[in-house]
Amino acid sequence: MKISTLFYTIRQGFVNIFRNKWYSLASVATISACLFLFGLFYAVVMNFQNIVWKAEEGVSVTVFFHSEYDLCGSHTEAQLPTDERIAEIGRQIANRAEVSEVNFISDEQAWETWVNQNFKEDYEVLSKAYLDNPFKGDDSYEVFLSDVSMQSALVTWLESIPEVRKVNHSALTADTLSGANLLIAYVSMGIITILLAVSIFLISNTVAIGISVRSEEINIMKYIGATDFFVRSPFVLEGMLIGLAGAALPMALLYHLYSYALNYITESFTILNTFLDFLPADSVFDVLVPLSLAVGVGIGFLGSITTVRKHLHV
Amino acid sequence: MTKRELSWRKREQFIEEKGVIFLDNVTKVYSKGNPALNGITLKIGKGEFVFIVGDSGSGKSTLIRLLLRELTASNGSVYVMGSDLANLKHRQIPKFRRNLGVVFQDFRLLNDRNVYENVAFAQRIIETPANEIRRNVPTILATVGLAGKYKAKTNQLSGGEQQRVALARALVNKPAILLADEPTGNLDPKNSWEIMMLLEEINQSGTTVLVVTHNREIVNAMHKRVVTMKRGIIISDEEGGEYIDED
Repeated sequence: MKISTLFYTIRQGFVNIFRNKWYSLASVATISACLFLFGLFYAVVMNFQNIVWKAEEGVSVTVFFHSEYDLCGSHTEAQLPTDERIAEIGRQIANRAEVSEVNFISDEQAWETWVNQNFKEDYEVLSKAYLDNPFKGDDSYEVFLSDVSMQSALVTWLESIPEVRKVNHSALTADTLSGANLLIAYVSMGIITILLAVSIFLISNTVAIGISVRSEEINIMKYIGATDFFVRSPFVLEGMLIGLAGAALPMALLYHLYSYALNYITESFTILNTFLDFLPADSVFDVLVPLSLAVGVGIGFLGSITTVRKHLHV
Repeated sequence: MTKRELSWRKREQFIEEKGVIFLDNVTKVYSKGNPALNGITLKIGKGEFVFIVGDSGSGKSTLIRLLLRELTASNGSVYVMGSDLANLKHRQIPKFRRNLGVVFQDFRLLNDRNVYENVAFAQRIIETPANEIRRNVPTILATVGLAGKYKAKTNQLSGGEQQRVALARALVNKPAILLADEPTGNLDPKNSWEIMMLLEEINQSGTTVLVVTHNREIVNAMHKRVVTMKRGIIISDEEGGEYIDED
């Protein structure tokens, strides 16, 4: 094929969009509406999931060891861990797949943290009242999980260690968060699939209708002796450009809306920031934009190529 | 002699013997009903002007569609310019059709483009260089009497003018054969005659012209070869013949 023919078909792709401006506008509007809804839902779901993930990250298990200061305890001499043994258990915990972070908290750190959290201004008074650290011997590990649904397995394992006196955890929190995460994943996957399927159906139909009304034009080209490539190329390019515009417009709009909404919420409802962690626009749109563009351009391409093919057998 | 030259020579020889269009005992049966064409044999020589006449359902349109390789024969062979159309692959059809100029009753123009673009389009398809297109299109538009209307949109033209654009488009690539399917069907008598005169001119320049028509006056007045069809068969084929009234 000559370069001039290639340029001609490319030019025709652009020209066709303006020549059939109402069809082009209708197609862009349909694609935009579909992908806007899709993008909106995606952004909401991603934030929802992020909030749950953040909550999961905050869920911890605290591991306490037998100690000689534990007067009520029913431990044997062998169950009293040395510092080395505590360190070794710490390493074993950190090596487990479901564990994301392990922090050692000495009895002094525990006392200081407790006082700071509860009696910050009366530290002097409390220091005098308690000459000894009431948490003496309560060295512990604070264990954070990467997968909260594995909490019970971790707790069972921890409890089986002879030196471990107690494992503090909330099974209810873990189960609730794990269930919520699963529910969100299923529901969002279902809704996103439906939205995507509806989008694909609507977009490919719009492209198909736009081409079908020009089947006469395709017939004429074929009667004159145009090759399939010559006939198809402008339509395919047109479909892809319409898909691109239809995807880019809602993404630009959504990006600005999202950024504005994020600013508004974080500035106007500061209290929400303490327990809700919204995703920055970039981390939502880094995935959403390429996905939407691929859907728009891909459907434009496939929709036009299959529809034109139906009319090529003349 | 190269293989290509040999094949070209064989083709020329075939055309010399059998004509530019040769239908050999051709039958076309659609999925339901009687055959649209029933074993017809027809030979049209280079440079001939032939009318194909007959009532609706006589098989005229099927014949044109076979010649355009839009359909393939159920039986028998269709040769155009020495090529057996049954052997053409799908990708070879566009190149084959460039040997043919086609004119339809309903003009079939690209209505969102102007006169110049409609004619130039036929040249773009065969990848004619742009400077040649700029030279050829005005020349052919002048031949069909539309030199002053090259910028007009086709839907702003009269029926006669639209058919002239269709003729210009059919002729711009200098086809060996011109197929005209009811070219005057949508035109008044004056415009019909003007189109027929143009077709005659084109024929005199060496192009084989095949006209499918119902127009009795024109057929009888032009004294050309007339092939009459009825229910899928040729009932008469006469040089200088007349439109046979079946009633």
